[in-house]
Parts: sequence; C-alpha cells; structure tokens
Amino acid sequence: MDTFVRLPVDRGGPAQPLLLASGLRKHFPIPGGLLGRATKVVHAVDDLTLSVAKGETLGVVGESGCGKSTVARLLVRLIRPDRGSVVLDGDPVDEPHGITVNELRRQVQMVFQDSYASLNPRLTIVETIAFAPKAHGLPAAEAKARARDLLAKVGLEPATFAERYPHELSGGQRQRVNIARALALRPRLVILDEAVSALDKSVEAQVLNMLIDLKDELALTYVFISHDLNVVQYLSDRVMVMYLGKIVEIGRVDAIYGDPQHPYTRALLSARPSMDPRRRTREAPIQGDPPNPIDPPSGCRFRTRCPFAEEVCARVEPPLADVGRQAVACHMRARGSGHSRASR
Amino acid sequence: MTPLLSVKDLQVTFVTPDRTIHAVNGVSFDVKRGETLGILGESGSGKSVTLRSILKLHPAHRTRWSGSIALEGDEVLTMEGRALANLRGRRVSMIFQEPATAFDPVFTIGQQITESVRRHTGKSEAEAMKRAKDLLEMVRIPSPAQRLAAYPHEMSGGMRQRAMIALALSCDPSLLLADEPTTALDATVQIQVLLLIRELQRELDLGVIFVTHDIGVAVEVSDRVGVMYAGKLVELAGVEQMADAPRHPYSRGLLASTVHDGMRGQRLEAIPGAPPDLGEVPAACSFAPRCKSVEPRCLAAPPPLKPVDDSHFVRCVVAA
Amino acid sequence: MAIQSPSLDMTAGAAVAATPASAAHGYWQSVRRRLRRDPVTVGCAALLFVIVAAAVAAPWLGLADPYKTSMLYRLKPVGTPRFLLGTDELGRDMLARLVYGGRLSLFMGVTPVVCALAVGATLGIAAGFLGGRVNMLIMRLMDVFYAFPSVLLAISLSGALGAGAENTLLALTLVFIPPICRVSESVTTQVRGFDFVDAAKASGAGTLTIVRVHVLGNVLGPILVYATSLISVAIILAAGLSFLGLGVKPPEPEWGLMLNTLRQAIYVNPLLAALPGVMIFVTSICFNLMSDGLRAAMDVKA
Repeated sequence: MDTFVRLPVDRGGPAQPLLLASGLRKHFPIPGGLLGRATKVVHAVDDLTLSVAKGETLGVVGESGCGKSTVARLLVRLIRPDRGSVVLDGDPVDEPHGITVNELRRQVQMVFQDSYASLNPRLTIVETIAFAPKAHGLPAAEAKARARDLLAKVGLEPATFAERYPHELSGGQRQRVNIARALALRPRLVILDEAVSALDKSVEAQVLNMLIDLKDELALTYVFISHDLNVVQYLSDRVMVMYLGKIVEIGRVDAIYGDPQHPYTRALLSARPSMDPRRRTREAPIQGDPPNPIDPPSGCRFRTRCPFAEEVCARVEPPLADVGRQAVACHMRARGSGHSRASR
Repeated sequence: MTPLLSVKDLQVTFVTPDRTIHAVNGVSFDVKRGETLGILGESGSGKSVTLRSILKLHPAHRTRWSGSIALEGDEVLTMEGRALANLRGRRVSMIFQEPATAFDPVFTIGQQITESVRRHTGKSEAEAMKRAKDLLEMVRIPSPAQRLAAYPHEMSGGMRQRAMIALALSCDPSLLLADEPTTALDATVQIQVLLLIRELQRELDLGVIFVTHDIGVAVEVSDRVGVMYAGKLVELAGVEQMADAPRHPYSRGLLASTVHDGMRGQRLEAIPGAPPDLGEVPAACSFAPRCKSVEPRCLAAPPPLKPVDDSHFVRCVVAA
Repeated sequence: MAIQSPSLDMTAGAAVAATPASAAHGYWQSVRRRLRRDPVTVGCAALLFVIVAAAVAAPWLGLADPYKTSMLYRLKPVGTPRFLLGTDELGRDMLARLVYGGRLSLFMGVTPVVCALAVGATLGIAAGFLGGRVNMLIMRLMDVFYAFPSVLLAISLSGALGAGAENTLLALTLVFIPPICRVSESVTTQVRGFDFVDAAKASGAGTLTIVRVHVLGNVLGPILVYATSLISVAIILAAGLSFLGLGVKPPEPEWGLMLNTLRQAIYVNPLLAALPGVMIFVTSICFNLMSDGLRAAMDVKA
C-alpha cells in the first residue's frame, strides 16, 4: 500500500491544535529604483500567531490589504514565510524532525475565490479533480473513480459533468468543482479563501449548505476567509479580525459579534448595511480608507482611523491580550497601558 | 406631473453570430425627481443592461431595442448624434463599479473634471477649475485643492469612487445611474459612499437608479425597490413593503438565502437550481422551474405585472 | 437516517436538473467549429495546401526540367505553347522553376521557424514559469539580440557565415529565437498567474508535471499561432538574402533568387519578372491571414 491511500490519522488527540502557526511574517519587497532593488516593502503579514482546533471553523475577516489572503497562502506554503513556523498536528513543517511541505499540502488544501481562474480551461472536470491524486501516485483509473465520487458528493451528477470543460459550467457549479478538487487528497484542513464571495446570493446559500454537510461528513476543519461578516458569522466557531497584517481581535463568534472590544471590530460590524429600512445607518462608523500596507503606521496600526487614538497608540504597539472571552490588541483594553480609557 | 424617467416595455436583445440573448424582456418603471429606485438582481438578471440602455451604451450594431425610454418626455431610444451626446453626461450621468476604469490614467482628476465641465457648460478654465474644487468638496474629499492635481492611481479606492461621483455630478444631471458603485469597496468604505450618495441625492433633488445585487445596500439607499429576474421586473414596491413582506417567491427566496444576523445554526433556504438560459423569449413564468409554489397556470403563459396595492406590483399569478 | 451525501440534498439535485443540457464538447472542437465559419482562413489554408503539395510532389507532376536551359526559348512570355508560364532569361521553364522553387523557399521559411520554436519556446516557457533570476538572465540575453533589426541581423550573420542555404537557415533561426522566446515568456507568465497553477502547486505536484499538464496546454496554442505568422517573414527574409546573393546560389530554383536574376527582364517582360514575387506575396499573406484566423478561433473565453 502506498502512502497515499492511508488516511491521515489524528495523532495528538482532540486537545492538540490541528494547525499552529507562530510568528508568521511575510513582507513583499516592491521592485523599483535602479537594477530592480526593492525600495518599498509591503507588510502583508506581521508576527501572526494563530491556532486552529480540530473540527472547528475559524473565520478570518478584514478589509483589503489586511493580509488575509497572504495568511491562506502561507498556511499551504504557496509562499514561504520570511519568519515563523507552522506545526501540523504536532509536526513542524519543513524542519529537520517534522514533515515535508508536500505532506502538509496533502493534509491542508485550499479553495480560491475566482472559480474560473482556478480551473484549467483545457482540462475536463474529472481530469482537474483527478490531477492531485495522480500526482501523488494513485493509478489513473482509481484517481478518476475518486474524482467521480467527489463530483457526486458536491452535488454534480458525474454522468453529466465529468467530461465537461469549465466554460460550460455556471459559477456555482465551478466552485463546487473547486471544492471537490480540494477534497481529492482527503485533506484534514480546508482553507476557503473568499470561496463564496463571487457567487450570487441564492447560489451562495446552496454552497454554504453544502460546505456544512461536507464538514460533518468528512470530519473537516475549515479556515474560512471572507470580507462578508454575515457569512463568517453564520459559518464560524471562532473569528479572527485582521487589520494591516495584524490580528486585532480573536475569539468565539458570539463574543466577537455580541461584545466586540476593538474599535475596528466595532466599526466593521456597524458598517454592515442594515436590513431594516426603518433603521438605516445614519453615520459611517469610521472615515477614510484602510491605509496602504506599505509603511504601516507606527505603534497601533489602526490609530490613524481610530477616534480614540492617543499618544501612547503611536508609540507602543498594543499586544494581543485576553479580555473577557476574547483576545484584543488595543491599549484601551489593556490595564495600565497609559491610555486614558484603560483601567489602571 | 410627468415623471423624470419613464421606461415602458423595454426589451433588449443582443445578436451575435453565435447566438441571440434576450437580456431584457419587457421592463416598465418610472422614476420621479428626488427619488431613488433600487434595482436588485443577480448576475444575468438584466439589471445592468436595463441601466445602460438608458444611455444607449450598448454597441448599436448588435443590440436590438424596443419599447420606450422617455426622459422628461424625450424618447431616448431614437436619439442619435448630438442629442445623445447631450443626454450622456449632461442630463443623465452614470457611476460604475470600478472607478479605476472610468478615469483616464494619464490625466489628473482635476483635468478630467474641468474638461467635462467646460465641454458641457462652456465655462472658462478658471471657472471650471473652481467648479471642480467645489465638486470635490461636495463629495467630501479632504483637501480638495491638492487632490485636483492627483492622478487616479494616486488615490485610494474610496477616494476614486468619490471623485467619480464628482465627475458624474459636474454638469448638474437630473438623473444619476449607479451600477454597483460600492461592490468593489471595503465594508467600512462602502457605507461611507452609500451615505454620500443618499445625501447628495437629497441635497440636489436627483433621481437615482441604483443597481445592486446586495439586499442590504438596496435597503440603505432606495425609496422603492424593483427585483429583476431573467430580464423582467418580478416585483416592484416601496422599500419597507419589500423588506417586510415581499410577495414574489423569488424575492422571498432571495431574502431567505441572504445570510444575516441570527441565522447561525439554521439551514439556509437556498433557491434550488440556476437562472434560465436567455436564448429564447420565455413562454411561461421564468422562475417556475425553481419555484416551490409552482402551479399549472404558471406554465401556461408569462404572468403579467399585477398590482397588489397602488404602490406594490408583483409578476406572479399565485402571489397576486 | 440522516442524509448521507449532499448529492442527495434537494438543492444540489435540483441544481443539476436545472442545468441547460448541452452536449459535452472539447476546446478543440469549438475551435474547429469557429474555423469552419471563417471563409478567409479556410481559403488561405486551402491555397497553402495546394502550394505545399505541388512543391512536395514536384518531381511527379510531369513538369519540365527546371535546370534545362535553352538559348532558343529565352524570355518567352506567359502563355507560350509548351511553356505555360513562359521561360526565364536562360530559357528555363518558369512553371517548373516556380513549383520547384517552392520547395526551397518553403523549406527556408519553415525550417528556421521550427528550429527557433524549439529553442525559443523552451527558453521562454522556462523563463516565464521559473521567473526571478532565470527569467532575468534569459530575457536580458534576448534583449541583446533584439537590439539589432532582424533584417540587418540576418544579413550580417549570413554575410559573416558566408553564402549558402545552411548558413541562411542558421542565420534565420538565430533571428527568430528572441521574438518567439519573448512571446512564450509573456504568455507563460500570464498563465502562471492563474489560480489553477497555484492550486496545482498546493496539491503537491512537481514542477515538471505542472508545466506539462497545466502550462503547456494553455501556452502552446498562442505560441504556435505566433510562429505561423513568422513563417511569412522567414520566406521573405530568405528570399531577400538570396536576392542579395547571400542565400541560395544559382542555378537552384528559389523565389528570391529568381526575382534577382529576372531583374534585367523587367523592361522586356514585366509580368514574367513579377511571377516569383507574386508567389512570395501570396504564400506569405496566406500564412499571415491563417495565423490571424487561428488566433481568433482559439480565443475562447466562455
């Protein structure tokens, strides 16, 4: 039996996080100046530490430039972190006593936002799904059989869809194919990077229902990245809020949505359009755009848009610290930080 | 009083060598001055096609229009040349989803706005420049005088969208067409732009048609909401009626499948299936194949848009 | 019992049912369908087929000997009995020489492009897919070649290497490597940016597998179309080199060389002198129009 057919086993027990990333940092130099020397640096992700428990759905929210897509790509090693480590169920990745990047990729898979760009236009649906198992050494016939099983699992009749090409499918159907492809290696963790964002609402609901069913059936763990706070609330057990490459708040979904502590989380939540015409939004919660992740502000990165910013916020970077049921990076919530609203 | 804009039985068909697409199949609505009509629909519903038809923006050689679009009594569909140029940008302006493509990257924001002001009003350079600065102030762009000298790529997404609104308002149009202008923006910026459009609409007594796929956005800006499906308006009602008691099964389905607060743990009521192919003129209710309450008479003929009360119309024989 | 698989779920089942039924057909089938509806491309392809077939089958067509001279029948006009297209300045049959000339001219047009394609596409795809330093090295090297106009480069290379068909081929191959490399690099870079390549990487597949399965299929089409358009340039350049005396040597029949030797006849019998030029023109424009048609037919978005 080759290694492929073996199902990944739970090694550390339910208490050990499935994925533990610590101190992840990724800066992208922008080539400019003479001879392509980098003159500016995009601070995409800065010293980010997070853990994903077995069987949970971790939601990641934030605006453009907050680094949420970079986090996804770091976790599957599509890009190498400048610094920091990833540990999968106790095994460090790409380190002497750990597992290889290839092994990580077998257990951690990703679904992309653009359903069209993420499918090879020259391959049939079944070829696309069978590609990864074949690359891992499964015989072609078995890989195809598995692909057909997966098509049925994501609600696409194999007899009808297997031999079709991506351009013959609707956006919702293509995204189902992308999900099937991600499941082809029987991963334990699936990272969904804005996977339903481009879909129409009625189709989005179909796919969300399907994601919930698949998670139960295949005992999956999700990292669900989205800019849509409502969808994240619907799907996630825990939520991580990011701003300019940093975590500003992380905790249980009911704590984050019911009792947000960070001013940015609060702004984000109240910026959601109202569904009630009698209670329309009267005032925008914060002004301006998210700043460019090139040269982020010193200290607290949110201070340039924060209505409560004080001198300490520019000077000291607030650490992520437990407050009540969640962890928050804000001087106002840190005892003795020097902020006038903090307790002493 | 004649409405600002009156669209009657608009049909738009695109003809290509490969196929014919019946994108809009008989849409009728009015917009009054000082009113915002939200048009809600999913991709392929014909909402953008309807909006762009008001400016005749589709390529003439492969678009067939029929019906009538009357702006203050003037028929738009027969306009050509000078009258059409006068309509675009002067009487009706449009803002788009992607501001980056609406501006020419090689000219500054100021140059582009003053150019538009001068072309349409014949003002002097200095007057136009002052007008441009006032416009940027009006859309609440901080330090407008400096921003006039900025190139489009030097502005953030939200600022560019504001600048595009300024450009659209530069010639005092009476009707503003908005094609998903906040879809590409971040959440905290989207709400700012929505509030801005709402305020400007009130201050300038504009008629606005706001096309969106997002129910929340439609609720924030609209006085009335029309829901489009497969090239037809299936329901048209005041925003409160639409939010509280939608009648058409599609409107209900759309509302039920939109995730919002307090739905956690419940299974979403997704509308099964996918929208129909627009290759043929529908011979029955287009939504029937996906509808829970479908009856034999739904398949007999396309249902008419019937009044529920004097401000609420629905295209469904079962719900009406 | 609970629903076992989401495929049994109402929503998913209905999604399938509501899909407009369409027969599964592949990419190349749709390309063929588009091509069939393009009379210009089909016409050009047919004409090229005739020219190529005649050149290949020349010895079996019962033509006159293209090398046989005759002092009696020099510069006979088009339509002379026994010499359908007349004779050249040495009394050789023009029809035979034009058909036989096609062999050499087409060979000189196609061979350098094929050789340049093998080298240029490999370099370009490698540069595009690997990116970074490899890309920089390869593309800067190509830029050096690019600095010279292609005609000048071909002439100076042939001049340096000496006259003769082999040297012309070598010179033309070198001239065509940089443009093919550059086109290959740009389409590969574009394809590499698509998420499906990232998805393939995330599945743990090796670089060669990814290039073979996901990159080649998407880049070869555009590269081949571009290469087809270069064939016409190659024919013209080869003819030009022969005309200048740097390419094929007399008495070989070759269109460019024929044009040169018939130069003096232009005042006596202009139609005759123009015939090799017409062949060059028709062949190259056919290659060009065909590559345009192919490009349009292969540009499938949805």
